[in-house]
Amino acid sequence: MVVTGLTDEAPLVRMRGIGKQFLGNAVLRDVDLDLRPGEVHALVGENGAGKSTLMKILAGVHRPDAGSVELGGSEVAFGSPREAQAAGISIVHQEFNLLGDRTVAENVYLGREPVRRGQVDRRRMEADTAELLDGLGERGISPRTPVRRLAVAQRQVVEIVKALSTDARVLAMDEPTAALADHEVELLYGLVKRLRERGIAILYVSHRLREVFDLSQRITVLKDGELVTSKATAELTPDQLVRHMVGRPLDALFPDRAAEPETGAVRLAVRGGGNARLAGIDLELRAGEIVGLAGLQGAGRSAVARAICGVDPFTTGTLELDGRPVTIGSPRAAIRHGIAFVTEDRKGDGLALRQSVRDNALLVRRAAFGRARGLGALDLAALLRSVTLVARGPDQEVRYLSGGNQQKVVLAKWLAVEPHVLVVDEPTRGIDVGAKKAVYDLLRGLARGGVAILMISSELPELIGMSDRVLVMHEGRLAGELPAGPSEEAVMTLATGHATVEAA
Amino acid sequence: MMAAAPAVATRPAQRLSRVLQPTVVVYLALVLLLIAGSILVGVRGGVLLDQGGILNILTRSTALGLVAIGQTMVILTGKLDLSVAYLIGLCSLIGAETMAGDPGMIVPAVLLTLACAAGVGLVNGLVITKLKVNAFIATLGTALVIRGYLESAYSGPAGEVPRAFQHLGYARIGPIPVSALLMVALAALAWWYLMRTKGGYHVYAVGGDEEVARFSGIRTDRTIIKVHVLCAVAAGLAGLFLASRLGSGAPWVGVDAGYDLESIAAVVLGGTLLAGGRGGVAGTIGGVLILATLDTIFDDLGVTPFFKDVVRGAVLIIAVALYARRRGVLR
Amino acid sequence: MTETLPTSRKSRRVRLADGTGPVLAVLAVLLVALAFAGPAYSEPAGYLALLKRAAPLMILAIGQYFVIVSGGFDLSVGSLVTAEVVIAARLIDGDEGATVWVIPLLLVTGALVGLVNGLITTRLLVPSFIVTLGMLLVLDGAVFLWTGGSPRGALSEAFRVVGREGFEVPLLGAVPWSVLLLAALVVAAVLFMRGGTGRMLVAIGDNETSVRLGGGRVERLRTLAFVLSGVSAAIAAILLGGFAGVSAQVGDGLEFRVITAVVLGGVVLGGGRGSVVAAMAGALTLEALFSLLNLLGVAGGLESAVQGVIIIAAVAYASVGRIPFRTRRST
Repeated sequence: MVVTGLTDEAPLVRMRGIGKQFLGNAVLRDVDLDLRPGEVHALVGENGAGKSTLMKILAGVHRPDAGSVELGGSEVAFGSPREAQAAGISIVHQEFNLLGDRTVAENVYLGREPVRRGQVDRRRMEADTAELLDGLGERGISPRTPVRRLAVAQRQVVEIVKALSTDARVLAMDEPTAALADHEVELLYGLVKRLRERGIAILYVSHRLREVFDLSQRITVLKDGELVTSKATAELTPDQLVRHMVGRPLDALFPDRAAEPETGAVRLAVRGGGNARLAGIDLELRAGEIVGLAGLQGAGRSAVARAICGVDPFTTGTLELDGRPVTIGSPRAAIRHGIAFVTEDRKGDGLALRQSVRDNALLVRRAAFGRARGLGALDLAALLRSVTLVARGPDQEVRYLSGGNQQKVVLAKWLAVEPHVLVVDEPTRGIDVGAKKAVYDLLRGLARGGVAILMISSELPELIGMSDRVLVMHEGRLAGELPAGPSEEAVMTLATGHATVEAA
Repeated sequence: MMAAAPAVATRPAQRLSRVLQPTVVVYLALVLLLIAGSILVGVRGGVLLDQGGILNILTRSTALGLVAIGQTMVILTGKLDLSVAYLIGLCSLIGAETMAGDPGMIVPAVLLTLACAAGVGLVNGLVITKLKVNAFIATLGTALVIRGYLESAYSGPAGEVPRAFQHLGYARIGPIPVSALLMVALAALAWWYLMRTKGGYHVYAVGGDEEVARFSGIRTDRTIIKVHVLCAVAAGLAGLFLASRLGSGAPWVGVDAGYDLESIAAVVLGGTLLAGGRGGVAGTIGGVLILATLDTIFDDLGVTPFFKDVVRGAVLIIAVALYARRRGVLR
Repeated sequence: MTETLPTSRKSRRVRLADGTGPVLAVLAVLLVALAFAGPAYSEPAGYLALLKRAAPLMILAIGQYFVIVSGGFDLSVGSLVTAEVVIAARLIDGDEGATVWVIPLLLVTGALVGLVNGLITTRLLVPSFIVTLGMLLVLDGAVFLWTGGSPRGALSEAFRVVGREGFEVPLLGAVPWSVLLLAALVVAAVLFMRGGTGRMLVAIGDNETSVRLGGGRVERLRTLAFVLSGVSAAIAAILLGGFAGVSAQVGDGLEFRVITAVVLGGVVLGGGRGSVVAAMAGALTLEALFSLLNLLGVAGGLESAVQGVIIIAAVAYASVGRIPFRTRRST
């Protein structure tokens, strides 16, 4: 069943010899890609491998410099996303393309509002949207709700409905799960399955290997703009795939855990911590250990991080640092007590994108300590080397760096204030495997140096691979603690608040 | 994040936000102001809302209302038009000079004026979209150019409006000036356009997020140019109205009244977000009426005209602070 | 891509030039053109006189730069300059002895106005455009309320020294005090922008959240920018009062002129980009241009028209710099 349509049916989309240059740099060279109806075709590769460019060529955002695109047997050349849409190719963007102040229906039909007698046919628009939502089994979303009231996963559904509303035959999905938690990913799985059943051809771009293997029938690997391989999913194992992508097996990504004696005294202790989102949080972080914080989206993982770091502080309970009670009412207070916070949203919260690497790396130092800094002199070059940053120099603007290097700048700015406690929220989101490895090594190295690390990640393999202990959250409380290397099932059992593993 | 919020909590919040729609708040404030004003004026032995008072408020509202309707559309797209004040002066001159006292020239003059205004709006729109100049700068630039022309070509009022055209400015039905009715009709038309038509939807989309709008296939440039043309035409109408009131064209009639900043103030006072994407014409008209009512009350109370500026500034800041606070609470 | 380079002195110098290039080139061309157009510019004295005229605007540009680069607007500076001059005249009223305490009082007043702007913007979450617009209305109203339309009193001789007089330097001749003051402020501003606080202001304009989460006191820093802008207006007022004497129109239109200057210097509205030196160069360029137009006998009215075209062209050049000829021709 998995391999239906793999060989016999004619491809709906046939891309041949695609090449593309930006400012003289070849980002794609001679790439072929076939999409068949009812098939999920995964496109994988490190950042900069050319996945997005290939997808954008398919969707009419870019024109190829070389090669041809055929749709249903005849050659096409789209001048704009609009033309591609008209031909039945839609793209589900990684970053939400929705207007918060407009309703679901208004967003779905944005730019294509049905008109009747000179007016927008609001009733038809809402009815059609409701029907599309129904078809995907999403009865919980009303077409009249303003999008800003929806949860992230619901917004993703709206994105997909928006793409479907154009009667798409081909759907390109760019990291559709990037913003989703695990249980929401399940929801997306169901959705993708139903789309397949309708005979839609899906191009699926993702960094998450599990999804690729769960969902796709065929995998194409790109590396440095060139096609590495294109095979049926059944013919590949995850290890082979990773090797195709980076030339390195999966397990080798995670550095060795701390040996027992290395973990030292309790650095940070929270007792009975609570606020509007949290209750009864008791946790301890020891010097030298990495503690994983797991849980479904909305379970309060980020809320714990934000509370510890003074963004949305605890309103009840006590917080101790190195055995002494402290009050943390603001990020500034947290930082001055040696707590650093690598936030989830790199671009939104972390970086001043138009400023230089130097200004970003010094940002926390300058912002939190000002003139009377109780810190030693800083060797910027050494700091940037320590995070293995690849940049043209300290004056390069951060927006020109790759996602992985941007994340290294974020880490550098926190390391510049020599924290004792480091809280990292989704530290490897949207960065390629090579950069992930660098981040893992860096975190482990910090822990060895005596830093206590609290790590949040939606990717369970990563969390399990990195953590010395895993704390699991459920509905604003800590549901339990697991030792190093727990099974994914054990984590999910606690996270869902059930004794049994959630049915897939 | 929102997924975790209990479902119960959203319902009262939703209801609250509906009740506290800026538009509703604006008109509530207007009613309160009218009541308070009536009492204050009453204590001094006058009547605020007699025939003269109503006439006064509505007449004051007409010119500002016309400009503010256009300004609303521009601000909804996240832009801003600083050229309207000089444009009003220019349009009053074009109208009055073309008419030159000849009733037969009224229609051609009106058409010519509006065409010129549309041309200025077109320039604004093109500079913003094609040359990618920030709207603040682009319209400030246009304003300075028009000002330069007015300074070098005129030293005072010019042109003459025929008697028939003056009627437009002074005719009334009961206490209601015809021109005010025309302004309200235009507001209704603008409301319909924004709330009911595809073009209006796109105005909100562009203001909400220009990138998203573009990705969704909306020709954002066209939308932005359109609102600037509409805004300039609205300013042209205001210029014509003022010419009919004055009997001639006056180069500084728009600037002296500060219609550029005043119209932005009225729009913002009416609950439209300065950043675009949220708000509407209904609130703007409320904002205009509040400003006009304030003026009338101060006149009746005999307060020095300069004190009005102080109160206006304060009202504006307080109103926007309240909106900002409310959004913060509900978010 | 190459490996990380160590911090070098050289790269530091490059940073200062960021965005400064184009405006400096235009400035150089204008200065050379001045030498050809007017005999006064054959010696340093002519340029010193130009600097003296430009000093108030350049100082205002420093203040406005702080506000704009951190993501705001200050529309109140024009009215503030007027208010300061009027206050000074009224308080001094020809009494030489009063100068000593009036000047500090003016500086404090400027700082206070900036503080109010900053606090309302940051604490009440009102867009600074609206806050400073409100402040503009309030200050205008207050000035007229106090003076009744025409300013009373007179400035002391001592007060006017900084704006009017100079001191002898070999080779250069008479160097105006205002130029010396300007030089000191330039050095101070450059040092400030190189320091942590200055870099923080730019970072806030780029991404406020990152600074907040990085432990920065965003509200305090943004308020500081407004305070500095207020103080710069006070200093500009002292120079202008000395230079041009007392009038209720002294600050008219200065807010837009200074924003023009800052934008001309390549500073981006919305914040996060641009250098303070370029902002000042923008102000000097504008003044040099006006001087040149004067020398060429261009009518006063055209001055603002030229200003309008220039400001559009400068921003268009920055945003669509790839087609330099089209934009350059329009200057």
